[in-house]
Amino acid sequence: MSQTRTIMIECLRYDPEQDQAPHYRTYEVPFTDEMSVLEGLQYIKDHLDGSLTFRWSCRMAICGSCGCMVNHQPILSCQSFLRDYYPARIRVEPLEHFPIVKDLVIDQSDFLGKLESVTPYLVPAQPLTPEDGPNLQTPRQIEDYLGYAQCINCLLCYAACPQYGLNNAFTGPAALALLARYNADSRDAGQKTRMEVVNAEEGVWGCTLVGLCSEVCPKHVDPARAINRNKINSTQDYFLRFLAPFGRGS
Amino acid sequence: MQVIQSDVVIIGGGGAGLRAAIAVAQEAPGLSVALVSKVVPMRSHTVAAEGGSAGVIHPDDSLDKHFDDTVSGGDWLCEQDVVEYFVGQCTREMIQLEQWGCPWSRRDDGSINVRFFGGMKSPRTWFAADKTGFHILHTLFQTSLQFPAIRRHDEFFCTDLLVEDGRLQGVLALCIATGEPVLFQCKAAVLATGGASRVFGQNTNAGIVTGEGMGMAYAQGVPLRDMEFVQWHPTALPGSGILMTEGCRGEGGILLNKDGHRYLQDYGLGPLDPWPRPRAMELGPRDRLSQAFWHEDQAGRTLQTPHGTAVHLDLRHLGEKKIMERLPMICELARTFAAVDPVTAPIPVRPAVHYTMGGVLCDVHGATPLPGLYAAGECSSVGIHGANRLGSNSLAELLVFGRAAGLSAARHARETHAASAALQAQAESRAAVHLDMLRREGGTRVARLRQRLHEIMEAGVGIVREGPRMARACEQLAELREQFRAGVALDDRGRAFNTEWLTAIELGHTLQVAEAMAHAALLRQESRGAHMRIDGFEARDDERFLCHSLIHSQGDAPPRVTHSPVTITRSQPRARVYGGAAQNQS
Repeated sequence: MSQTRTIMIECLRYDPEQDQAPHYRTYEVPFTDEMSVLEGLQYIKDHLDGSLTFRWSCRMAICGSCGCMVNHQPILSCQSFLRDYYPARIRVEPLEHFPIVKDLVIDQSDFLGKLESVTPYLVPAQPLTPEDGPNLQTPRQIEDYLGYAQCINCLLCYAACPQYGLNNAFTGPAALALLARYNADSRDAGQKTRMEVVNAEEGVWGCTLVGLCSEVCPKHVDPARAINRNKINSTQDYFLRFLAPFGRGS
Repeated sequence: MQVIQSDVVIIGGGGAGLRAAIAVAQEAPGLSVALVSKVVPMRSHTVAAEGGSAGVIHPDDSLDKHFDDTVSGGDWLCEQDVVEYFVGQCTREMIQLEQWGCPWSRRDDGSINVRFFGGMKSPRTWFAADKTGFHILHTLFQTSLQFPAIRRHDEFFCTDLLVEDGRLQGVLALCIATGEPVLFQCKAAVLATGGASRVFGQNTNAGIVTGEGMGMAYAQGVPLRDMEFVQWHPTALPGSGILMTEGCRGEGGILLNKDGHRYLQDYGLGPLDPWPRPRAMELGPRDRLSQAFWHEDQAGRTLQTPHGTAVHLDLRHLGEKKIMERLPMICELARTFAAVDPVTAPIPVRPAVHYTMGGVLCDVHGATPLPGLYAAGECSSVGIHGANRLGSNSLAELLVFGRAAGLSAARHARETHAASAALQAQAESRAAVHLDMLRREGGTRVARLRQRLHEIMEAGVGIVREGPRMARACEQLAELREQFRAGVALDDRGRAFNTEWLTAIELGHTLQVAEAMAHAALLRQESRGAHMRIDGFEARDDERFLCHSLIHSQGDAPPRVTHSPVTITRSQPRARVYGGAAQNQS
């Protein structure tokens, strides 16, 4: 067993039934080298203060539940390790740019609404049934969208995005990446529907290319690239509307 | 109390629940669906499944082979008529997912690629690299968004099934954000709450896999079936229990003991050559591999790690290109959580609890003995896994039986009248019990109760089992339940997003599920599949135990266990052999 040390974890606390405003509380947490920030929080909940509230589930960076700010950086607490912060204390806060429900738990309903708004499913050119058999799709065609399909909806990109912080009407990185994922799929014919979201003021043009979304993404989705690609599509769409009376063909 | 009316309530937003919801919305138009889940659906544990999902499509494969592999893999404790239906539906469901956008891995010509998994005669596993569950779950969730009939209630924690006039009429839930009780009134419900692996400490599962769906049905008199059969996955990271998919071995990974010896050849899975070949060595079934680890461990031929003993899972010979293409997440997980790069070093692994073969008794349509209640996925025991589930059959199960249960629930809803008036009073009284926990003084902390549960289960109902140890576990679980009833100490007394309180309610169910496992295990005096005894019952005993265990709740008292026959249609039980012996047999 690796050596046990002690780290100070300072957590933002906010109980909507008791507190007027958020405050901080610091806990002394013994840890070993392999312990994640999540395990630090679990230690607090199990042994020191059962009222500390946070979301978590898979503890292997795939369910997207445990995003939070550690020392002002958005991270997944399950794959960030206490050893990397020691001997400094760490400050754990809820993801930025979202309303706080309680302690480290944020209200994610705004994001879920945005995800729903981008027609996030395949729109086939003609209806298919399983009896038709699987579509063909080559590994190269899969490469066109697979990167964007890696998003775990952890919301770190929204917490990092200054544009979303200024104006949360912006559709935002993860939802726009998902939009790009379906648009880039060779089996999809739904581009036209999605262009409305892309072209809207809150769509791709809300992005000022800061690129922090791609930097903080734990799954290398690169939403900034997805948005940029959509800007090109959006520009083409704009000009094609002058050239062709019925807009862009799909 | 807020009352939400819908025709069908689906409890659980993982693969089975989403598939059921889509089936109702798409194939039974006009009905309303409430999808109630304690997490936002894409957080469900289906997301963590790695390796793949079974469906016959390879030219060398056949439905008969899938049937045989499943039934022999389950050590003849499968419902063969249900397996027959299952294998016939799997491929349809895989294609359906493809048409909904699932990024299945492909061959160069764009057709579907399949890989080998343990216990398979032919390659049958559809995969999306090593993130199959993730892609299936997100595909289902996103697809579900196009159906307005599906009303989502994210982060609602179901606590009780409500029965009036002998049929299920409602579900009581707590809105997690506010802690307010909500009555979901319905004509039918589908239980899709997943397994109960968190009954054990060392497990591959997400924190939410706590078995309360099983507990809720059990409390209403629905028997749990075959709960003694718990699957240990042979390759998890020591300590964290994070899964290293069977796909690693499907792609050619090997297992070595501390002397660098491929020890599986010493446990009826060899000979080594020719290799690779199906149903042999590392492509044996999970129960045999986990049991072989136990023997190696006893013999002192495992490696020491800070979190217990381990063997090596070696992928290096596959080469960086193949590892990165087929097993990218495994690479990341091993690097992040074990500080090992599988391209250059073997990964230390050991068995961890992975899957609950048993569950809520239901038939091929998902119908439980309680009218109006249906079940699908890991929480259910539809009868396809028997005493040991084959890798790749559980994702396929979610889809095939999620759809079936959804359609059955829809049919039932159409034939059923509105709910009885007494329901709300019942809901109020159950809600009062839960709310009372917030006011009680004294008691034991959740973490201590949970820790004790893990100790009891690991010591008494582990990979290898003995009568006296299991009997002791039964007694200790009764004591632990008593301690739980005496009170749970909560630091958090508020209602809003009180996860400590919800965990305590959850634990009440988990303890009963654990007790069901221990009692069924004690009474099964034989070794079959994942249930291995070393106290004079080392062999399978078809004369006495070719039967299911049915566990009936007795409230606060320990459960009653009865047995029921197994449906055998065309595969008579024979010796279950792998490796060279299997080739001689067929």
